[in-house]
Amino acid sequence: MNTSTPAFFTRQFSATGNQIAFMGTFFRNIFRTGFEWNEFLRQCYIIGVKSLSLVGITGFILGFVLTLQSEPTMKAFGAESFVPSMVAISVIREIGPVIIALICAGKIASSIGAELGSMKVSEQIDAMEVSGANPIQYLVVTRILACIIMIPLLTLMADALALTGGFAASNINNNMTATLYFNKAFGAVTFSDLIPAVTKTIFFGFAIGFVGCYKGYNSDRGTESVGVAANSAVVSASLWIIVLDAIAVQLTSVFAYN
Amino acid sequence: METASHTIHKAPDKTQVVVAIRNLKKSFGSKEVLSNINMDLFKGENLVVLGKSGQGKSVAIKCIVGLLTPDSGSLKVFDAEVKDLSEEEWKKLRMKVGFLFQSAALYDSMTVAQNLEFPLTRVLKLTDKKDIQSRIEEVLEGVGLLDAIDKMPSDLSGGMRKRVGLARTLILKPEIMLYDEPTTGLDPITSREISELMMQMQQKYHTSSVIITHDMACAKITADRVLVMNNGSFVAEGDYEQLENGPDELVRSFFK
Repeated sequence: MNTSTPAFFTRQFSATGNQIAFMGTFFRNIFRTGFEWNEFLRQCYIIGVKSLSLVGITGFILGFVLTLQSEPTMKAFGAESFVPSMVAISVIREIGPVIIALICAGKIASSIGAELGSMKVSEQIDAMEVSGANPIQYLVVTRILACIIMIPLLTLMADALALTGGFAASNINNNMTATLYFNKAFGAVTFSDLIPAVTKTIFFGFAIGFVGCYKGYNSDRGTESVGVAANSAVVSASLWIIVLDAIAVQLTSVFAYN
Repeated sequence: METASHTIHKAPDKTQVVVAIRNLKKSFGSKEVLSNINMDLFKGENLVVLGKSGQGKSVAIKCIVGLLTPDSGSLKVFDAEVKDLSEEEWKKLRMKVGFLFQSAALYDSMTVAQNLEFPLTRVLKLTDKKDIQSRIEEVLEGVGLLDAIDKMPSDLSGGMRKRVGLARTLILKPEIMLYDEPTTGLDPITSREISELMMQMQQKYHTSSVIITHDMACAKITADRVLVMNNGSFVAEGDYEQLENGPDELVRSFFK
């Protein structure tokens, strides 16, 4: 035990150092000539368009369930007319960005981790490197930037569908027109709700792309390591999202809502 | 039996060393994989490295292209000490050194044509579509796979993948070729075809080659000189026939 504790800390420090170095490599390569536009657009399609149905359904059900769950309690206090406002604020400020980022961590970080992990195992990354091409620019920069662009867009779409889901749920028990529902919902939301929420999804996108790429690119050589890379990409990206969210909420409460 | 391709193979130029390795050491943790190896590769030479699995053969050629960094010793490629090279100098050097991986390492999200286009547009920075297309067709014709130009790697057999991998490496017209077990996992007929193709390509592109193999038929077809590696060191050197009939039991065991 005495010998394993220093070894544990050495491993953790080493892993942190490697992540910082990898991040530095990513930032250096963004500004190099020869940006891979075609691969970047392909990744935007894979990460964004191919996640539309999952994110859309999740968003819709999120608003639907939140409305159904909160309506009886709000009714008990005679505040059922505030349900659209409550759903809008909670979805846009917190639930939408975090749930969608966690869903995307499961879908996107794991797929990037597994893809790059299997490319590492089958020596495709080595082949790129020995040919003189730049695998970081082709594989890593494009994926991380695509995540940074697409996660906020997916979240905005999910927010819109969550409000639609909330409207659908409101109409199960009540007769509320769409105009009234959305007036109440958007009346409660200001730019100081939307801008910090969108800003944090940019960081969530970075976390998802970065962790997926780091775990895949640095996976070991055996086939088992592909699974390990995919799994640890999801776990680490989810953890990053929770921690980043806690920091974002603190910063927002200091700067945006005061 | 000598193959037609072997008989017209030009003799290596022993006055020009393209790769020089001196006292090279490489360890992974406490395990020393390469211990003080020395090796010269001459211009136009096919140097075959034999040895049991896990003896450090692949590690040695991965040091030559910078995929692994030696712990100590000297490794010169075209007279340039590789440990002193900058990132840009490595990039230039790698254009002259081709590497055929054991698995061929084709990019499986790209078609055969896109696999071949990749180094042309990223390394040679070619932009003319017609020029790119003609180079791709020329090299694919050379390996006899022009009709597979639009196929995905998953649609190719093991032998076809090796041919495409060879084409992708040769499209940059390297001066040195490093083959990491080029015939492993192939049937004897396909292995022979790949070995003969390597010889044809060597004559066409005038490359010097290091060939890591366990396949004695491949070694017989391709070797100008054979090195035998055991426990991270070279234990024997000579031409194929010399070693096959030599006194060392360990060395002769490879030829049985």
